[in-house]
Amino acid sequence: MPYASVIPVAYSTVTETPVITTTGLRKVYHSRDRESVALDGVDLHVREGEVFGVVGRSGAGKSTLIRCVNLLERPTSGTVEVAGTDLTALAGRSRRANPALRAARSRIGMVFQHFNLLASRTVQDNVELPLEILGVSGRERSRKARELLDLVGLADKAKAYPAQLSGGQKQRVGIARALAGDPKVLLSDEATSALDPETTRSILRLLRDLNEQLGLTVLLITHEMDVVKAVCDSAALMRAGRIVESGTVAELLGTPGSELADELFPVGGEPSRPGRTVVDLTFHGEVATQPVISQLARTYNIDISILGAAIETVGGRQIGRMRVELPGAFEENVVPIGFLREKGLRVDVADLATPDAGTPDTEPPAAEPDVDAALVEEAAK
Amino acid sequence: MTWNELQPLLWPACWDTVYMVLWSSVIAVLVGLPVGVLLVLTDRGGLLGNAAVNKVLGAVVNVGRSLPFIILMVALIPFTQFVIGTSIGSEAAVVPLAIGAIPFFARLVETAVREVDHGLVEAVQAMGGGTWTVVRKVLLPESLPSLVSGLTTTAVALVGYSAMAGAIGAGGLGDLAIRYGYQRFETNVMLYTLVVLVALVTAIQLLGDLTARGLAHRGRSQATPRLRLLRPKAPTAGTAS
Repeated sequence: MPYASVIPVAYSTVTETPVITTTGLRKVYHSRDRESVALDGVDLHVREGEVFGVVGRSGAGKSTLIRCVNLLERPTSGTVEVAGTDLTALAGRSRRANPALRAARSRIGMVFQHFNLLASRTVQDNVELPLEILGVSGRERSRKARELLDLVGLADKAKAYPAQLSGGQKQRVGIARALAGDPKVLLSDEATSALDPETTRSILRLLRDLNEQLGLTVLLITHEMDVVKAVCDSAALMRAGRIVESGTVAELLGTPGSELADELFPVGGEPSRPGRTVVDLTFHGEVATQPVISQLARTYNIDISILGAAIETVGGRQIGRMRVELPGAFEENVVPIGFLREKGLRVDVADLATPDAGTPDTEPPAAEPDVDAALVEEAAK
Repeated sequence: MTWNELQPLLWPACWDTVYMVLWSSVIAVLVGLPVGVLLVLTDRGGLLGNAAVNKVLGAVVNVGRSLPFIILMVALIPFTQFVIGTSIGSEAAVVPLAIGAIPFFARLVETAVREVDHGLVEAVQAMGGGTWTVVRKVLLPESLPSLVSGLTTTAVALVGYSAMAGAIGAGGLGDLAIRYGYQRFETNVMLYTLVVLVALVTAIQLLGDLTARGLAHRGRSQATPRLRLLRPKAPTAGTAS
């Protein structure tokens, strides 16, 4: 398949073409007589042009997963397909990377948590390294490297050495380097985990820009929910080597009892007590901008307590969750709940449909102390 | 013995020592560098992970390292004779010196190369680089400052070894110190020789440190490798208040 040497035209939306597909991916580590299963049958589907986030705690297998995508880690079984090429078939049984696999890898960009820049090379030479490996001529290399440094906003640092740069600048160099081979896919292995919040935001913005301008598909792994919230179109939650939830952010939010939605938009407050009804409301698009709660209060003349709320803009659309308390038992609140449903909200009664204690593996989400701050910040955007 | 009498002896001896150290260092690098890199590559989990090669190579290096130099030198006399045609003189001494220095330098190379962050190796693999690319573009350039320090240490050790080689007729400063200084009780010869040796070692160390320092591209924020002999002029404390 010929590979475009120019930057591809911008894609405006996510297409349905799968770019990264793993099927039944298993990775078992043997140490002495103990076996540890890092991946236990992972089926991942990343569509072209989307930013896909894999979240999970440390040890959940996310790092192994992303390293299996370019076969830095050889899966024990299962297949990996990237941009229509079955890498697992390409690699064969040999432990060492054959030329075919190396060629395929050169079309997959990767950025790392610790940047992994060569200290002995200048910024420009670091960006040129993948091009050297591809056998690009000297003049073309430096042209391309300068273009990429310009793209990540570091044109003036070309002659600097990595040690003279800040963490954020280093990661920008890492990203420029990852793009040198004109990849369709960018793998990001905890790329922002070593950065402060401010720098993290600027790096994520850069990733989002690249995704939009170059039509780059980004698979990122992270342990920070904020990263998913900030840039991801879709997300998957990993636990103990398995993907337990997966889908677009909107889909996840619409899934009752979704842990990811719960962690992305944590709402505080205790579940219902006798004589009180606690309901979780999920806002979607249009509804999020309507004053539904005050309408409800006026129409039925009831006192509503807001226990916790989070409204965010995800991928340009407003999405939010709110936990409110209505006076009286559930039976007395059927009409107000009906009103909310009528307004287009998802309404889940906290103690009936989804008891909070049903998920022993996660602590109940901590009450969001800075809901107002989050709302103000979103409004400022 | 006066300075005027000593001079015609001292300078050729000094040159002999430099000659022996220089050539044996060159050979030690040519052979020791690949051996050291191979030790890392063939190690378990290395890029060429090969336990058999690693064990054999490691054993050979260990044997070479454990033989006392004086024994090695004598044991190698037939080999030296075969290679050079004689076992006496500075040229002949280069053979045992080089062979003694190879495993020494190889271990230092191994340590230096092992220090290279594995993340860099992975980064290059992710770009599609093979083992040779990793060695050429990552392992060697990234460990270069340490390799230079290792070479400095080897050269300094070789100055000491070369003095020992003097004992079996290799010439050089060691030979001078033994024959004139020790056997003829000419204390001033001994002193002059020692002064020259100290100057020589100092010069090698200084040169090595400066080179290693120049090669390490570290930012001002990070600690620069300290010069052992030459301290950089401390900027006069100008803490603005």
